[in-house]
Amino acid sequence: MNRIDETFQKKKKLLSIYFSAGHPELEDTFPILCALQDSGVDMVEIGLPFSDPLADGPTIQKSSTRALLNGMTTEKLFDQLQNIRDSIHIPLVLMGYFNPIMQFGIKRFCEKCLSIGIDGLIIPDLPVDIYHQKYKPLFDQYNLYNMFLITPQTPEERIRYIDSLSSGFIYMVSSASVTGVQNTFGNTQEDYFKRIAQMKLNTPQVVGFGISNAETYRAATRFSSGAIIGSAFIQFIEKKGVSAIPDFIKSIR
Amino acid sequence: MKYQVDEKGFYGDFGGAYIPEMLYPNVEELRQNYIQISESESFQKEFKSLLSDYVGRPTPLYFAERLSKKYNTKIYLKREDLCHTGAHKVNNTIGQILMAQRLGKNRIIAETGAGQHGVATATVCALMGIECIIYMGTLDIQRQAPNVARMKMLGAKVRAAESGSKTLKDATNEAIRDWINNPVDTHYIIGSVVGPHPYPDMVARFQSVISAETQAQLLKKENRDYPDHIIACVGGGSNAAGLYYHFLENPRVNIIAVEAAGKGIDSGKSAATSALGKEGIIHGSKTLLMQTPDGQITEPYSISAGLDYPGVGPMHAHLFRSQRAEFISIPDKEAMDWGLTLSQMEGIIPAIETAHAFAVLDVRKFSREEVIVFNCSGRGDKDLETYIDHFKL
Repeated sequence: MNRIDETFQKKKKLLSIYFSAGHPELEDTFPILCALQDSGVDMVEIGLPFSDPLADGPTIQKSSTRALLNGMTTEKLFDQLQNIRDSIHIPLVLMGYFNPIMQFGIKRFCEKCLSIGIDGLIIPDLPVDIYHQKYKPLFDQYNLYNMFLITPQTPEERIRYIDSLSSGFIYMVSSASVTGVQNTFGNTQEDYFKRIAQMKLNTPQVVGFGISNAETYRAATRFSSGAIIGSAFIQFIEKKGVSAIPDFIKSIR
Repeated sequence: MKYQVDEKGFYGDFGGAYIPEMLYPNVEELRQNYIQISESESFQKEFKSLLSDYVGRPTPLYFAERLSKKYNTKIYLKREDLCHTGAHKVNNTIGQILMAQRLGKNRIIAETGAGQHGVATATVCALMGIECIIYMGTLDIQRQAPNVARMKMLGAKVRAAESGSKTLKDATNEAIRDWINNPVDTHYIIGSVVGPHPYPDMVARFQSVISAETQAQLLKKENRDYPDHIIACVGGGSNAAGLYYHFLENPRVNIIAVEAAGKGIDSGKSAATSALGKEGIIHGSKTLLMQTPDGQITEPYSISAGLDYPGVGPMHAHLFRSQRAEFISIPDKEAMDWGLTLSQMEGIIPAIETAHAFAVLDVRKFSREEVIVFNCSGRGDKDLETYIDHFKL
């Protein structure tokens, strides 16, 4: 069974963390993953840095640029992850833009993921329609889950369509924004979270974008199966260092 | 319709809408409406009237006698440099502002590199009284002060793109982020035949007035409605798309696309995307783009700010791969020399982008009976400082 499904069976509310691979330092990938697992995080999204991350706000733009300057590449990340399953047992998801994956070779990318033990992919600029028309059989062949995004503006019919093609979870973007926009979740978000919960989708939903502390984590997970923290975590390790990761996780839940 | 966009938004292998879900509602709204709106009678009436009374169309198709004599062939210039604001860019911004109004949008965003598209967008926003925000790379803001001032005079807000390489591609990223953050009231006026479907097709349609007029004008002057060669410079490719549009399916017309070689194709300072680019995704479109082996988008170089885009529109990528068009690249120096040649032989000071196209006359032979149409896409006022520096004027 895919580790993502397994985790949802065991736990009601997941805490997932996103970080840019190669940031703050090139070789931080392994220590960050260990610290997150030891602190009780349920799932991790490892960000493949890209020169032009157009769905991301300033924090992830900066961490991606820094990672690239540090020398991070797709090849390098796979090297770092080669034996990761000797020590990390929680679900690992790679999140990256489509162009670097295309250049690596999509088939070769999938083979690598399979051999390492990556559970799924989030490719924000590979829309569900094009995935469906052109790439689904390839990803299926390697048993890689593809997670798609929905937003408050996504029409109901399209949410149903996305649900029908989703595995793992649906990535619920909390508001119409790029990543890292500070939010307090008000009535608008709560209505949106409730509306989606009432749709009784087949795929669990995990909320991301704008979650930065215990309060927003609680609000996001009241009606969903989990929440993802990215920019706030990246800012934290930039300031406090990788060794302080347990403090961050404790402050969330 | 071999070279036009297909119903899924692709030109052969290229195009499509590789966009994050956050942009889906905006792009989908446009996709579902752009043809119906732009072909409606009320739209066409207003579009044509503005193109004629405000932009100054039709632009002349001018027979360049001295040039023709020197190169022993028949050379015509499609005078887009005579458009209001000094280049073809305004054909598209007029079309898109009318589109935005009909979609009920009351806020306009745009990206600009050299500032020409920014000025053309600020102009139509002033004309219609609509809020206008222009994203421009920090480096370009420093390099293009007069155009920044023009945009401000026209009432636009100019926002600096501080990310990445701080140039056109980053300004485009910032505009896309703005659109993600403002999905309901905002229309994004893209300046070239790039971006997710339907933008490349929509912009090409608005620019296609160039080739439509050329057909009619040639019929009068040459007694046939097509030339033997059409030649245009290509950065993103909008002036070229406009000149090619109605000739794409006519096999008697040879298409020549001119890219900026910069300091030379192998110098590491070039913008010749067809020679240096590989298939990939940039700004929501599958096309040819300049990138590292790892798939990071690289910064192109050309002395002309309008040609240094790291990608090329998907229509042009298809024209290149299918060999429908000849692609030629011209280095900085030859382009600058042609800026001077055209000035002194025809009394027309061209934009440096435009000057690249004319340099084809030195690298390719044409016969005496052949009819060539160049897109004289923009005038050189904005480039005076570069010309002054280069020729020590």
